[in-house]
Amino acid sequence: MAAVIPAEERIASRLDPRAQLGSLWRHPILRAALKAALTVLAATTITFTLIRLLPGNPIDLRIEELTRDGSVSYESAREQVSALYAIGLDEPLPQQYATYLWNILHGDLGTSFLSRGVPVMGIILAVLPWTLFAVGTGLLLSFVVGIGLGLVAAYKRGSFFDQAVSTIGSIISSVPNYLIAILIVLVLGVQLRWVPITQMRGAFSPGIQPGFSLEFIGDVLFHAALPISVFFLTQIGHWILSMRNATLASLEDDHVLAARARGLSDRRITTAYVGRNAVLPLVTQLAISVGFIVGGAVIIEQIFVYQGVGQRLVRAVAQRDYPVMQGILLLVTISVVVANLVADLLYSRLDPRIGRAGDA
Amino acid sequence: MSTIAVIARRPVGLIGLIGVGSFVALAYLGPLVIPLTNTVDIANIYRTPSLAYPLGTDFQGRDVLNQIVYGGRDILSVAFLAAFFSTAVAVTFGSLAATLGGKLDVAILAITDVVLTVPHFIVLVVVAAIFRPEGFLVLALLLASLQWAGLLRQVRAQILSLKEREYVEAARSLDLGLFHIIFREMLPNMASYVAIHFIFAMTGTVYAQVGLIVLGLIPLSGANWGSMLYLAQSQGALYFSDSFWYIFSPILAISLFQLSLVALSAGLEDVFNPRLRAS
Repeated sequence: MAAVIPAEERIASRLDPRAQLGSLWRHPILRAALKAALTVLAATTITFTLIRLLPGNPIDLRIEELTRDGSVSYESAREQVSALYAIGLDEPLPQQYATYLWNILHGDLGTSFLSRGVPVMGIILAVLPWTLFAVGTGLLLSFVVGIGLGLVAAYKRGSFFDQAVSTIGSIISSVPNYLIAILIVLVLGVQLRWVPITQMRGAFSPGIQPGFSLEFIGDVLFHAALPISVFFLTQIGHWILSMRNATLASLEDDHVLAARARGLSDRRITTAYVGRNAVLPLVTQLAISVGFIVGGAVIIEQIFVYQGVGQRLVRAVAQRDYPVMQGILLLVTISVVVANLVADLLYSRLDPRIGRAGDA
Repeated sequence: MSTIAVIARRPVGLIGLIGVGSFVALAYLGPLVIPLTNTVDIANIYRTPSLAYPLGTDFQGRDVLNQIVYGGRDILSVAFLAAFFSTAVAVTFGSLAATLGGKLDVAILAITDVVLTVPHFIVLVVVAAIFRPEGFLVLALLLASLQWAGLLRQVRAQILSLKEREYVEAARSLDLGLFHIIFREMLPNMASYVAIHFIFAMTGTVYAQVGLIVLGLIPLSGANWGSMLYLAQSQGALYFSDSFWYIFSPILAISLFQLSLVALSAGLEDVFNPRLRAS
């Protein structure tokens, strides 16, 4: 542990603004919030750099395209492109960036290339919930089931169950998730015809009335079943193995031994003493996986023709609809950041050591 | 005992070693031994496996096994290069952050946190869609640019703990210099993290690289495992029951390569963790 710092030095470091910033960074909740803001800012910087600054960027290309045949003047081409991307092209660069940020803050992500005048925000908000629903359901299911299996595997260490679950878990988690999606279509859909893959396309059946009816919810689950299964299958191995290792480590803790010595029931030891401690570090991993799975969803949605944000991104790429592309990158990053923030806050609630160790 | 002997002691390490070795041989030596047969043969479209075509034929009657042999080299090379770049970045900046500390440490950590949070594959898709990365080096750099963050954190944490050890203190009191202390005293003690991460970085880059190819975002030069899947997907061959072997073969090749890498990394853990060896 750190050596005891003399009082004068501690006070001096409190007064130093730079040290203040450092200790802010070390405070878990503030750090989580700061990290979230920084990540969103970084994402906007990436998109701004990509579309505005780098050579061969889509803004310059578009202006050149519009002015090439001479029917549109350079000024009006610039004006059109400005509106398209919600960037003020006549302002100096730093100000362009500021305007860009300001517009994003107000929910203005520009308008689509292809569907003239349609705001990018609306396009994305129509598809994003479907992806978050499928990704979230698959992830939570795999987390709950994986943690259960991992806990049992650790208790039956070395048994056939342990070996089977650990081996299958590590094999499934090594295969890229989009390959599992292709395999499902190839084997279950086309060869065996067990799964009606063409009927399961889209987010829900055409003609069905969206609402809180049993029929609609059932239909939504039917259409999301394949993406959810893939997210479930490809994540579960990770949770089984992590939980198994965390449980094994936690079983050797002194407080578990002490609980045994006190004659507590096995069930109480498993849930309150072993399981709870083993699960804690996995909660933060839950957040990190969100970003990974949403990335994988791009190909998986394309393969199953599920109308989520991933499939929309592929369409925008094919149509070279850059405003939609950068909008998706931004909104997905924000979703992932929010998920991370929730996990960080949850973690500091679950683990009382974290919240208090403010300036440690 | 030599490293390879230790890896081969447990079945999982042996499987990994043989698997990765076979794929390297297949991808780099295969094309030297087996002649390329990519002539279109309309009479033999979508044949099932036979002696003449061990993995069947594709939509133009070309031998699938031949495409598998020729289709691995590019993917393996890019994965290896990208893993190398990402490991180099992680080790260099991770050790700098830990040894120099202060503002540099905070800045590096902040960037690392951001890179860990951003959804990698979506960034790659957007960048690839705008700039169409061509060539091994550009592709490897692009893939590596998001790969390094996890290892950087581990290297930093490890060095922070190594810093307090006596032998490092001894080296410091002998005034051996930062370079010597990092590269001669500390890094050899982190070989396990670095080697295992190198393998994970390879699996990560194979995942991202094949994913980008399947979406058609990387310009094709010759067939590879990913482009076979791209063609199958974009031409609708995925929904023909005849095309099973053409699609299944690259899936099998990629999955087995990934599995071999993971098995090899499990074997490596035994090398670096003698306590595991005893049990």
